[in-house]
Amino acid sequence: MKIHEYQAKELLREHGVPVPRGYPAFSVREAVEAAQKLGGKVWVVKAQIHAGGRGKGGGVKLAKSQAEVEQLAGQILGMQLVTHQTGPAGQKVRRLLVEEGADIEKEYYAAALTDRATQKVALMASSEGGMDIEEVAHRAPEKIIKVFVDPLVGLSDAQAGQLAAGIGVPAASRAEAVEVFKKLYACYMASDASLAEINPLILEGNGHIKALDAKFNFDSNALYRHPEIVAYRDLDEEDAAEIEASKFDLSYISLDGNIGCLVNGAGLAMATMDTIKLFGGEPANFLDVGGGASAEKVTEAFKIMLKNDKVKGILVNIFGGIMRCDTIAEGVIAACKAVQLAIPLVVRMKGTNEDIGKKMLAESGLPIISADTMAEAATKIVAAVK
Amino acid sequence: MSILIDKNTRVLTQGITGKTGQFHTRGCQAYANGKACFVAGVNPKKAGESFEGIPIHASVREAKAATGANVSVVYVPPAGAADAIWEAVEADLDLVVCITEGIPIKDMLVVRNKMRAKEDGGGKKTLLLGPNCPGVITPDEIKIGIMPGHIHKKGRVGVVSRSGTLTYEAVAQLTELGIGQSSAVGIGGDPINGLKHIDIMRMFNDDPGTDAVIMIGEIGGPDEADAARWCKANMKKPVVGFIAGVTAPPGKRMGHAGALISGGADTADAKLAIMEECGFKVTRNPSEMGRLLQSLL
Repeated sequence: MKIHEYQAKELLREHGVPVPRGYPAFSVREAVEAAQKLGGKVWVVKAQIHAGGRGKGGGVKLAKSQAEVEQLAGQILGMQLVTHQTGPAGQKVRRLLVEEGADIEKEYYAAALTDRATQKVALMASSEGGMDIEEVAHRAPEKIIKVFVDPLVGLSDAQAGQLAAGIGVPAASRAEAVEVFKKLYACYMASDASLAEINPLILEGNGHIKALDAKFNFDSNALYRHPEIVAYRDLDEEDAAEIEASKFDLSYISLDGNIGCLVNGAGLAMATMDTIKLFGGEPANFLDVGGGASAEKVTEAFKIMLKNDKVKGILVNIFGGIMRCDTIAEGVIAACKAVQLAIPLVVRMKGTNEDIGKKMLAESGLPIISADTMAEAATKIVAAVK
Repeated sequence: MSILIDKNTRVLTQGITGKTGQFHTRGCQAYANGKACFVAGVNPKKAGESFEGIPIHASVREAKAATGANVSVVYVPPAGAADAIWEAVEADLDLVVCITEGIPIKDMLVVRNKMRAKEDGGGKKTLLLGPNCPGVITPDEIKIGIMPGHIHKKGRVGVVSRSGTLTYEAVAQLTELGIGQSSAVGIGGDPINGLKHIDIMRMFNDDPGTDAVIMIGEIGGPDEADAARWCKANMKKPVVGFIAGVTAPPGKRMGHAGALISGGADTADAKLAIMEECGFKVTRNPSEMGRLLQSLL
């Protein structure tokens, strides 16, 4: 789960990481009020969407008067902000963050994430702040300093000091940077985050360290023990079909193609999408119905796939292991009837009671196309949607 | 021959009294030597009772002492699953197979580091398979986990995969071609897990009962590339490789917690290229895994 920048900064502030003063605003009026409360002479008006690259897309602007805050807030609120992460349609801006201006002496990068290879928490920092870290990793990997933290021990002063020195924080500010790294780590662990990124982490003219932007992802397996994080969820930022699917315990991801696919198991679902592509088609979604492909679940899955106008055909690929193929056939037949399916459907079933299941589909009177292998199923659905 | 488990393995089940644990314990008992292999259950509140003739003990340690069990299978719900794994590790079992899906990543991080600290301190090394995995099967001998037993056939090809149904797919293709399996292992779809591809490839390489291997991976993480590089230098047997997720968009979690492209090196294309470079016979068509393997025998 992702959250907004202003929420991420709230979380960091609670854990003692210094962030600029600022307030979220849902309207132009609130934006102006925020600027008044902040005082000062310079304000930053920042679009709050989950996608990165907001600055380049025109979603982050500097205002030098309250009138300018008003004008910029009006301009940014409601705009379709297009960034490299939103896709061409962009994301509508519904929230702003109005912050005090910062006196930036130097920009750094800092992040915490779980490292799969070492099975530790990796704390990363770089002197190359304010830019895409992937780009830095590609261009100048030596400028990324990493330490690996054993969760049983925690981030030591020595490790934090290694980061601060490694990215060239001036001696006078180093103790403060060490504290920031330790608090970032504590915040990451306490909130069950899967990524906590501060980019840029700045050194101010007065020598203080501050988090100027922040991005968090959370482990969805751990959300059950974090109601305070769940409260941050913004459904406007999520795909409507994905939200609907999650209500029925279906794992669904929207894609750009025109062939809907319904599969049991995440690996097999990906393999099915890949096979569609291999035979010249484009999958419209990833959809894992999980272990129990009941009539109700299959019907809901069909409804969700069919909400996408681009879908011109459906491929069902089920490996009947514990769940028998006749039960699955029953589910598919019921779903076809319930949604009055009017586009081509190819069903590939394998496993327990495969023959009974196939016979049921053939005798259902429905125009279901049957296939034996994934490759055959993909060939048939690709032909049917052309 | 086989890897990890055989007919002499003795299994205790943690979470035997839950709905999932009951269902799959029955399935495992009914498969091959299951009646003799599944010897104990654990539930502190139901010690002294039994399930399908399997005695339930208060703790893993007691179950081990009473029955000689050396392997545990865990069906405990996510919130308590990491503790269940640790209990089995503390009792010095040989292997823990964790089926549970949805364990918080931090809990797995903590238990994995506790396991390492125990080994570093001279304690017994307990292997972990999973979590979020289908388990492991040695056909006609023993099945530990949730896979459908009847699709398997005893033989000499190893199968290893992160995904459950994709493992079944590969196994079914082999069986249809008349090719049996030595062992089929699901290592699970979570980012922080126990045995990885490389560990299983090592075991298959050392197993005189395995002639060739199908290794199946997916997007996310460095594991498949690490295994491929190890194989290039060490593997004496032919390997067929497939990676799921060529069509998966970056930054989106594809069902499995670990199936997430986060850098440039963990895409399906990048992994396929490394596997090919390291001498695997790779295919982009998952329907061809069985036939490709057949061509190498």
